[in-house]
Amino acid sequence: MLKDLFYYIIYPGFLFVAVSGGILAWFDRKITAWLQFRKGPPFLQPFYDFFKLLLVKETILPAKGSKITFLLAPVFSLTGALLAGLLILLPVLNIKSGFSGDIIVIFYLLTIPSLTYIIGALASGNPLAAVGASREMKLIVSYELTFLLIIAAIILKANMSIKLNEILLVQEDSPFIGSISGVLLFIVAVFTVQAKLGLVPFDMAEAETEITHGFFIEYSGTPYAFIKLAKYSMLFILPVFLCSLFLGGLQFNGLNILWSVLKLLGIVLLLTLIRNTNPRVRIDQAMRFFFVWMNLLVIIAIVLILFGL
Amino acid sequence: MSKIIPIGPYHPLQEEPELFKLYCEGEIVKDVKWETGYNHRGIEKLSESKTFDQVFFLVERVCGICSTSHPFAFANCIEEIGEIEVPNRAKYIRTIIAELERIHSHLLWVGLAGHFLGYNTVFMWAWKYREPVLDLFEKISGNRNSYAMFKIGGVRRDIENDKIPEIKKILDLVKKKTDLLTGAVMDDPVIHARTKGVGILTKEDIIDFAAVGPTARASGIAIDVRKDDPYAAYPLINWKVITAEEGDVFAKAKVRLLEMYESVSIIEQCLDGLKKEPEGQTEIVVKNIPEGIGTGHAEAPRGEVFHFAKTNGSNYPVRHKIRAPSYVNIATFKKSCIGQTISDATISLAAVDPCYCCTERLASVYDFGSGHKILGGEELIRISQKQTDKLLKL
Repeated sequence: MLKDLFYYIIYPGFLFVAVSGGILAWFDRKITAWLQFRKGPPFLQPFYDFFKLLLVKETILPAKGSKITFLLAPVFSLTGALLAGLLILLPVLNIKSGFSGDIIVIFYLLTIPSLTYIIGALASGNPLAAVGASREMKLIVSYELTFLLIIAAIILKANMSIKLNEILLVQEDSPFIGSISGVLLFIVAVFTVQAKLGLVPFDMAEAETEITHGFFIEYSGTPYAFIKLAKYSMLFILPVFLCSLFLGGLQFNGLNILWSVLKLLGIVLLLTLIRNTNPRVRIDQAMRFFFVWMNLLVIIAIVLILFGL
Repeated sequence: MSKIIPIGPYHPLQEEPELFKLYCEGEIVKDVKWETGYNHRGIEKLSESKTFDQVFFLVERVCGICSTSHPFAFANCIEEIGEIEVPNRAKYIRTIIAELERIHSHLLWVGLAGHFLGYNTVFMWAWKYREPVLDLFEKISGNRNSYAMFKIGGVRRDIENDKIPEIKKILDLVKKKTDLLTGAVMDDPVIHARTKGVGILTKEDIIDFAAVGPTARASGIAIDVRKDDPYAAYPLINWKVITAEEGDVFAKAKVRLLEMYESVSIIEQCLDGLKKEPEGQTEIVVKNIPEGIGTGHAEAPRGEVFHFAKTNGSNYPVRHKIRAPSYVNIATFKKSCIGQTISDATISLAAVDPCYCCTERLASVYDFGSGHKILGGEELIRISQKQTDKLLKL
């Protein structure tokens, strides 16, 4: 019982996910700064940001709109992100084997942060937040199908196993990235993760210069700190998920630690590079991108899998 | 029912205070209304209480970015009244300063346009490459901005001939960096997707709104004061007006990027011209300005800057009127934004490179406390006409 509590709260649960997410957020910002001839933030900056918002900053509530929904949405988003993280990390780190069908639960839990952002934005009663929420809805509709198809293809590749642990076992000798279909799926998955994280080509729901941070516009103080933490957590969880789906997971023992960290940083570097070398696309362009091109790639990959490639 | 999406008064899209109300149905902009009045400084009135030498420093501060075009236009205006012929060396130096300003302003716009599209790397790179231009300004005038180079009859500082190779070296650097930036912007497929066919202004729209500068040139109208009514050293050198036919945001970016190369070439020719002129002949002494009415214009980075002044033989203007290019360019949002999505409308608004502090006009007067209207537009026009009648009798 006490051991379970340790798993949930410290390692690999809440604290581990939050701290790793903060470090990855720093990594992302530092690389961005180097690409833009800037110096970049100090190592602890993401944590300074979080604690400043949590403890120091005033919380201002919108006069119109539903206050309880507005305040609960960030809590649910953080819960969803951390639960997904727990379900991913326990099998990946070989602590618990998980249960049959957990990959489908993970798929649902990873959608919760985006959904709660929408609910919180609509509860704030701000027209800019409403525009942001409507854009995020369209974006979810477009990328979730692709994400589901990717997971279906992975299940197909892993001999119809719907348990994350077994998917990892199949990859023990040869990770899925080693095949043509694996490479195709990985490319699509990176773009989907980019959209899930709301990074630049697909950040139209925040779109600072259009709708001034869209659905987060009314958030301040502690609720915004929760959103920040949820975002940090997602920045850690989704690359870990990609690692476990394509790169054979992470091992935290011996020299493997270095290799695992490199895998993670590599994926985050890829996401950072994409976000720094592209302008924001319009929502209709993003929808066409996922509905037509990305879905097409996944279907090609599925056909390749059926041919054993 | 349409909802209002406000852009302003304080918004990351624009650096200056102004308010655009986008009346949206879903994502589609159905109507746009524009409100200003956050920035009115009464420069024209202030100018009437300054001597001619002081007015140059005042009009330099109309706009921080085109801070040479206003003194340039005012110098043209006063020199027309006084029938003053400026020495060739001063003409070259004036042209160099004006063209350097065009380079730095266009680089600034390219960076901002990248930022508006969420492409912050372009923003940072363009502004970094703008730094050598500002350093060059510091070398020539002693200031990175607001150069204080202009005076009636010439310029305040000379460019010594032994500085010229150094300036040319920095210009080569700027050109190389511009190549890099142009490549990055013109060949990016995602930028094409975001800017091509967006915010199109046809030739007729440009004529209807009397738009000027790169906004007009991007729609295929080769309007440029430097060619149409040459001043300073522009008739002495070889250069061409850059135009594009499409009229969309991408065409505007293309025109601005290509104009930078033209500016570099103009500056190089001016530097060659400087070598032929004797050093030190940068001004002629002007004793007094006779009574008269004069107009002067100059091609600012955003288009034509127009100055009108009336003098009465004393050492200050009795009437000074300024029309900045943004005043006509901003109004084109009525054609370019309506029917677009919010994403496209914002970049279309920014594509004319608006400058609100140039544009602010007094349209009506409200009481700050109660919000009652004190003076409407018609009353203000009547007061203005009365004032003009009084001035004409002076």
